[in-house]
Amino acid sequence: MSKQLEIKNLSVTVETTEILKDLSLTLPRGEVHAIMGPNGTGKSTLAKALAGHPDYEITSGEVLLDGENILEMEVDERARAGLFMAFQYPSEIPGVSIANFLRAAKQARLAEGEDLDATGFYKTLYEKMDMLHIDRKFTSRAINEGFSGGEKKRNEILQMAMLEPKYAIMDETDSGLDIDALRIVSEGVNKLRGPECGILLITHYQRILEYIVPDHVHVMWNGRIVKSGGKDLAIELENKGYDWIKEEFAEPAAKA
Amino acid sequence: MSETTTPELDIKTDIGNFVYPEKHKYDAGKGLSEHTIDYMCEVKEEPDWIREFRMNALQTFREKPMPTHWASSDLNAIDFDKIRYYLAGDQKPSRSWDDVPDDVKQTFERLGIPESERKFLAGVEAQFDSEAAYSNIKEIASKQGVIFVGSTEGLKEHPEIFRKWFGKVIPTGDNKFSALNSAVFSGGSFIYVPPGVKVSHPLQAYFRINAQNFGQFERTLIIADEGSEVTYMEGCTAPKFDTATLHSAVVELVALKGAKIQYITVQNWSDNVFNLVTKRGLAHEDAEIRWIDCNIGSRLTMKYPGVILKGRRARGEVLSIALANDGQHQDTGAKMVHAADETSSNIISKSISVGKGRATYRGLVNMPKHLKGCKNNTECDALLINTNSRTDTYPAITARGDHNSVQHEASVSKVSAEQIFYMRQRGMSEGQAMSLAVNGFINDLARHFPMEYSVELKRLIDLEMEGSVG
Repeated sequence: MSKQLEIKNLSVTVETTEILKDLSLTLPRGEVHAIMGPNGTGKSTLAKALAGHPDYEITSGEVLLDGENILEMEVDERARAGLFMAFQYPSEIPGVSIANFLRAAKQARLAEGEDLDATGFYKTLYEKMDMLHIDRKFTSRAINEGFSGGEKKRNEILQMAMLEPKYAIMDETDSGLDIDALRIVSEGVNKLRGPECGILLITHYQRILEYIVPDHVHVMWNGRIVKSGGKDLAIELENKGYDWIKEEFAEPAAKA
Repeated sequence: MSETTTPELDIKTDIGNFVYPEKHKYDAGKGLSEHTIDYMCEVKEEPDWIREFRMNALQTFREKPMPTHWASSDLNAIDFDKIRYYLAGDQKPSRSWDDVPDDVKQTFERLGIPESERKFLAGVEAQFDSEAAYSNIKEIASKQGVIFVGSTEGLKEHPEIFRKWFGKVIPTGDNKFSALNSAVFSGGSFIYVPPGVKVSHPLQAYFRINAQNFGQFERTLIIADEGSEVTYMEGCTAPKFDTATLHSAVVELVALKGAKIQYITVQNWSDNVFNLVTKRGLAHEDAEIRWIDCNIGSRLTMKYPGVILKGRRARGEVLSIALANDGQHQDTGAKMVHAADETSSNIISKSISVGKGRATYRGLVNMPKHLKGCKNNTECDALLINTNSRTDTYPAITARGDHNSVQHEASVSKVSAEQIFYMRQRGMSEGQAMSLAVNGFINDLARHFPMEYSVELKRLIDLEMEGSVG
């Protein structure tokens, strides 16, 4: 079984508009791939379509997680199969503490009738929090309620650390973060890097890639991956901007 | 008369959705008449004053119209002629757990009473059908002089206390269903706590309806004498039947000077039950009465626990949670009648409507002009899950005079598709996600509940929400 997330010829439509067009990408476990591109090019659509958001209609293609097609699975089945998405705008769940939220998520991964070992859970939770330099008082706060931008993103990283996904899609995790928060969040992600996890880092800016150095960089434009390369590609984009991509890969129909 | 002879257990997936073979030695048959009351009084060997009380109540019940001018017209679906008003097994109330018949124990087992609560079972008075099948006064309570018996035993053996307060907080004619209860009551608890005694453990009662067409009419009377404290807990689940089942209890609480009573209910009725209950407390000077009321299930629940704040500085509180699933209507609320200076009351009500479930809040807060220093706080929060859900709030607050204060807040919120998506992305099923959102919504209220009850409430909500997902 190949340990990789394989996106094959994926096309996605949102409210009759085709956003992703025949997109293909392979993310092996243990690697970090960055997806860069201008706003409105379909980056977040890719993240949500992979996670199974009901508003995103897959019109063709397949997505194989370690060889298994996840497009036939429910949102929660995909999650339990090892797919994690760090949200750009995570929801608030009033009254639900971070600890209880994570317990429910962990419990959902156990067989029916099996109970989560509470002591072990808190031990792991505190270890991960220490690793990510998160204050323990954080666990009793209602999830994302009144959180700052930085706290929300750190909370996403904490969840990722606890749920230990095989593949994590990080949807513009750097957006809305000041430089200190960006550094802290990036350190967290770096600690979660390892042979058991593949990370797809979606970003608009090159800045986060100074902290999280990717193995590969893909450039997305108009619903497709138009260019792939090493980490230097990100620097090139930062220097030259996205305009040259737009010119080079403009729709043939528009050119003609 | 035997109800059914099926030897096998009929266990379905829902909790409470099961039936045990029944052996009823006494069965008053269907329908309600003077004959029914005579039959009951004879079987129960009740004194004449109770027979007279019941007969008068029957008259009042017949005279009172259905309250459909303000309440749900669904009440008209109750066919009083098809209800069995009295059924009882041939077992006498048992004193110890060992004496409890095995099939009754099995029922408790199937009810899924958590381990943490079984340790309390030694002190439980549990009602199996209309007669207490098991009643064992916790040793520690009886040593303190606390009386904790069934209502029938209470009226026979402690008439000097029972008669003084019985029917005084909720008169027979309070409403049609309090009249019905007064005519045919059986089962329920009688508790008396002597002055200054603080009952260390909550007194618990479990009961369930286990006979088709059988209306259950418990009558509970709790008297906390001066400076005493007591907590009473009741929880119910009922098996599912095709025809409507009526449950109509009356609960009266009396807190004398400086006494504290806390009455906790977690109810999980099957969705064909009419649950029409009258609950009220009378708080004397410096006394405190708190109702904690959780209503899950039933076809229609109408219940507005109240406190009459009769003595100076008396305090009343109602904390309630109602969950209305598809086809269910939770019509609940609270009544606070301020009748002395410096009395205070607090009402926090949370309702959850799922699918076509409907939740109604009705409040009544009354502060007359001549009183000073009275306070009321009312908070009503509604959570809607699904666009079809419905919620209504009728907070009737009458505060007169310049020396009293009232505060009222209401909110309506929804569980959004984005919230559900977020939770499902973390691996929770749709039902688990909704259940977590609902538990979060009631969290700040549920933390006032004793541990075992908040655990059970969470479990019941989990089951409700699992079942609500298609």
